[in-house]
Amino acid sequence: MTKNERVGAVLVIGGGPAGMQAALDLADSGFKVYLLETTPSIGGTMSQLDKTFPTNDCSMCILSPKLVATGRHENVTMLTYSVLKKVEGQAGNFKVTLAKYSRYIVEEKCTGCGVCAEHCPIEWSSAFDRELAPAKAIYVPFPQAVPLIYTIDRGLCIGCGICEKFCEAEAIKYDMDPDIEETIDVGAIILAPGYDVYNSSKKVMYGHGTFPNVLSNIEFERMLSASGPTEGHVIRPSDGDVPKNIAFIQCVGSRDAQTPNTYCSSYCCMAALKQAVIAQEHVPGLKTTIFFMDTRAFGKEFEEYLHRAEDEYGVRMFRNNRIAKVQENPGTSDLVLGFIDGADIEDETFDMVVLASGATPPESSKALAKSLGMNMNKFGFCETDELAPVDTSVPGIYVCGAFSGPKDIPDSVAQASGAAGKAAALLSDERGKLVTKKEYPEEKDVTDKEPRIGVFVCHCGINIGSVVDVPGVMEYASKLPGVVYAEENLYTCSQDTQKKIKEMIDEHDLNRVVVASCTPRTHEPLFQNTVREAGLNKYLFEMANIRDQCSWVHRLEPEAATEKSKDLVRMAVAKASMLEPLPQPKIPVTPAALVIGGGLSGMTAALEIAKAGYEVHIVEKEKELGGHMRRIHHTLAGVNPQETLANLKKDLQDNTNVTIHLGETVEEVKGYIGNFETTLKGGEEIKHGAVVVASGAVEYEPTEYLCGQHPKVIKQTDLGDMLAKGELDAKAVAIIQCVGSRNEEHPNCSRICCSTAMANALKIREEHPETSVYILFRDIRTFGFAEENYNEAARQGVRFLRYDPESPPKVRADGDGIIVEIDEKFIEETITIRPDYVVLNAAVHPNPDNKDIAQKLKVPQNEEGFFLEAHMKLRPVDFATDGIFLCGLAHSPRLIDESISQALAAAARVNTVLSKPFIEGEGVVSVVDEEKCIGCGRCVDLCEYGAPRLEEVSPGVFKSKVNEALCKGCGSCVVECCSRAIRSKHFRSDQIITMIEAALADDDEEREAKA
Amino acid sequence: MAEQSEAKQDQPSYEPKIVAFCCNWCSYAGADLAGTTRMQYPPNVRIVRVMCSGRVDPAFVLKAFTLGADGVIVAGCHPSDCHYINGNEKTATRGDFLEEFLEETGIEPERFRIEWIAGSEGQKFAKVIREMVSDLEQLGPIAQEGA
Ligand code: FES
Repeated sequence: MTKNERVGAVLVIGGGPAGMQAALDLADSGFKVYLLETTPSIGGTMSQLDKTFPTNDCSMCILSPKLVATGRHENVTMLTYSVLKKVEGQAGNFKVTLAKYSRYIVEEKCTGCGVCAEHCPIEWSSAFDRELAPAKAIYVPFPQAVPLIYTIDRGLCIGCGICEKFCEAEAIKYDMDPDIEETIDVGAIILAPGYDVYNSSKKVMYGHGTFPNVLSNIEFERMLSASGPTEGHVIRPSDGDVPKNIAFIQCVGSRDAQTPNTYCSSYCCMAALKQAVIAQEHVPGLKTTIFFMDTRAFGKEFEEYLHRAEDEYGVRMFRNNRIAKVQENPGTSDLVLGFIDGADIEDETFDMVVLASGATPPESSKALAKSLGMNMNKFGFCETDELAPVDTSVPGIYVCGAFSGPKDIPDSVAQASGAAGKAAALLSDERGKLVTKKEYPEEKDVTDKEPRIGVFVCHCGINIGSVVDVPGVMEYASKLPGVVYAEENLYTCSQDTQKKIKEMIDEHDLNRVVVASCTPRTHEPLFQNTVREAGLNKYLFEMANIRDQCSWVHRLEPEAATEKSKDLVRMAVAKASMLEPLPQPKIPVTPAALVIGGGLSGMTAALEIAKAGYEVHIVEKEKELGGHMRRIHHTLAGVNPQETLANLKKDLQDNTNVTIHLGETVEEVKGYIGNFETTLKGGEEIKHGAVVVASGAVEYEPTEYLCGQHPKVIKQTDLGDMLAKGELDAKAVAIIQCVGSRNEEHPNCSRICCSTAMANALKIREEHPETSVYILFRDIRTFGFAEENYNEAARQGVRFLRYDPESPPKVRADGDGIIVEIDEKFIEETITIRPDYVVLNAAVHPNPDNKDIAQKLKVPQNEEGFFLEAHMKLRPVDFATDGIFLCGLAHSPRLIDESISQALAAAARVNTVLSKPFIEGEGVVSVVDEEKCIGCGRCVDLCEYGAPRLEEVSPGVFKSKVNEALCKGCGSCVVECCSRAIRSKHFRSDQIITMIEAALADDDEEREAKA
Repeated sequence: MAEQSEAKQDQPSYEPKIVAFCCNWCSYAGADLAGTTRMQYPPNVRIVRVMCSGRVDPAFVLKAFTLGADGVIVAGCHPSDCHYINGNEKTATRGDFLEEFLEETGIEPERFRIEWIAGSEGQKFAKVIREMVSDLEQLGPIAQEGA
């Protein structure tokens, strides 16, 4: 390979939600991906969480499908339990050396059955459970681990040889080389190594590690988890008692000048609220108290969550509190802490204390920075630029997730897609070159053929065989109607059995296959692939789960377990005989995108899509591109973004893939993923395969605080203009925060105002040292590294005055002058100031145009009027409807770098659609029987994915038709259809009823016999 | 387990049969996790996997009872966790209707349960089965009116 040749492969470092997202986006858009993860499983910190805010979703439920999708993606090679050693080369062509640690297990042979761990005599504390539960010397980090391969911890292993004896797969190999070096060639690298949780024991005054009832937030999270060490029971480690009250101490190891970590960790406030709420749900009558400095509930719908915690759950909150220390009552192990309540100092005793341990750079960061030669910021996180949030200092190396600064999951995931988009643009000419599309033989026609079913019953080593009489089950299966062949296997999932299955399909002319083994959730795709390789449609396969749902849960009742296994096999065979081959529709894709909105987000997304090689249309209502950005003169980092904006405009104008439609709006949108047809107001018609909604937001026009009535009351943007022009002339300026946000009508926080207030305040202090600045606030929410600006503002003499929403500041005119009175909450006194200007930090409100756009695209908005993404945690820039994406302020208020990240993300998501000539649909979809359909439209109303539509088949006669490209196959419409016209393929009613009959058949026979 | 053996003594031949409809994404995963973590529960349940609890037609539930099930469970993701956004809301509404209907036909309310079981709640799945088996053992077989 010559030096300048580019490689169509990307290395992603880190397998948490961000790393997985980047890997999937790239793999889905035609690039080969290597996913490097230091631990034995992907999943990251998220795999340790019980629930996620603000929806209280079960973390593992939403994560696990992503783990599986990543693990089995044909373009992703997993390099787990491996570390980076060396990187040479440059953007487009890196040579990477890595070391694979030995698991002392032959990866190809391990089936993940877990018999080894069961018999391992060594018990210790599992890192996954943060030292709260015993684990073994041979282990998987958590039950849903991907890849599901065991690892021997040689530090703990005593080499007794027991596991080797029990492993029937012969996967254990004690004498493996400790690690193996490997080199790979990639064109780009994405860094997503995440973060480490601050070691709270370092803050000795809190007694973590000394007082048993003081836990860190992640330990408490494990305790709340149903699959954690206490199975979700909240108990005091000291005595196992159920606590009656718990205190949460915030900012442990963040915002802390006694540590190097003066930044804010961004997620701990919400995590504490969530944990308080969930703990109260677990323990009726439990009282929780949170000690905050500020409540940092700055994200989408976070403030509403805070209100619910306070009002509905009665979580007590004490602001302005940094707890000095925790004392233990030695007799009872109860914990005492002192705090301030208004002007008073109080002491209170708690049964347990949870410390909000913050985020620190991952342990690997220094080595990583060194081997990659990139710049880190002063805290040890990866350095990024506000206007280029996924770029590192090394070209071709991108960053995402908490490694570039503490952030929560959706922001990490969005940044990950953004990084993937950048890598894809860099390597756009190499797209598709290193990925191989698997070829399958032509499918045999099985229509009208009598079922000839083959049944394969698995011993799973001894997992099934030691409880269930496998030969008996096989024998029984062979006699079931339609079964022409049955066999038993030691491991049905092993390579040689796959071969055997294919041979048997040929030999016995099988047209349906049943495997009785573990769970279809992890193994169905493997077997479906096998039958496909033998020329059968993949839907001619069915599984009976006789391990996870039988032998493992009825170990002490082998006979009953055998009977149950027979029933389960009978059910599977019954369904198998009714299976039909299902076509997977191929939907052609128009390789073009429509971007609605020409502000910073829309422009960024459009440019990135164009760079990836696709046609883009930007539709902007105004006569000029740029949106709000046109009025921003200095960013948080103090940079003037106008130059960037001008460059962006020029790049778009120069790019031949881009068409800009100014002064235009969308009139009508028809079609679906891959095939949209949009008509603009002006009449122009555009064909495109995907849509990005970047319609932005509006600045609230305040009516309070004499705004509009007094010339000296101005908005933050006006102040920005004044500063840019050097026109500010004032002895004092008072900035009032939260104007038009965090109130009844607009309950949520506008996220950006605290940071902008700091930027403006610092600018004033720098350029007009004679001007005093007051910031009148409720909570200061300078999350992440913006906390530095807050600290700096305080150092520069900016004065902070806290008010309560119940008694907001009073602004009175005094002739030309102005008087502000505030009930200050720290000192509990009324303070009067006479500033020359009152600056209102007006909220970010949803764009009123959103409603119209939402109706045309049939996508949802949240209660406030921002657009609602498909999933708040893991799908931050997708709509539920395939092919439509969102970014920027249309999503929710966000800072410039966050908008850019999201815009890049939306572009990357668009690329996953446009990079394919066809989209392969799933076979499991619903179909409407036109004869029966009465065209009532009920299915159209209830489908969240817009799959069914009414079509006029003859004048005045409407029939529903399900678009297979949009249908997700949930089957809800089937049940709701009043004329029973809808059928759910693969889960047809007759198929399900057959299974019910089979499940209960014995009883029937018995009853008949009795009668 | 104590009650179980007591009940068994009363009616040695009675083994209640339960049909459980589980959605693929949460409850079926919860049932799997009960296995992975080796929780033990009585072997009386037969699971029918569906993609979403919203696919479960009330007719399936009735069919199961007619065919001799002693108890039926419809299990889905927790409210707001449904993989298909809100299939489980439909399940909940239908569940209310079914409960009323079953009561009218004389089927005891303990015989039908709607349960929200997350993929991380192996032990909840096991608990639900244990509870239902013990309830059904107390109740005995369904009275066969007109049969
Ligand atoms: S997917 Fe579980 S209830 Fe809908």
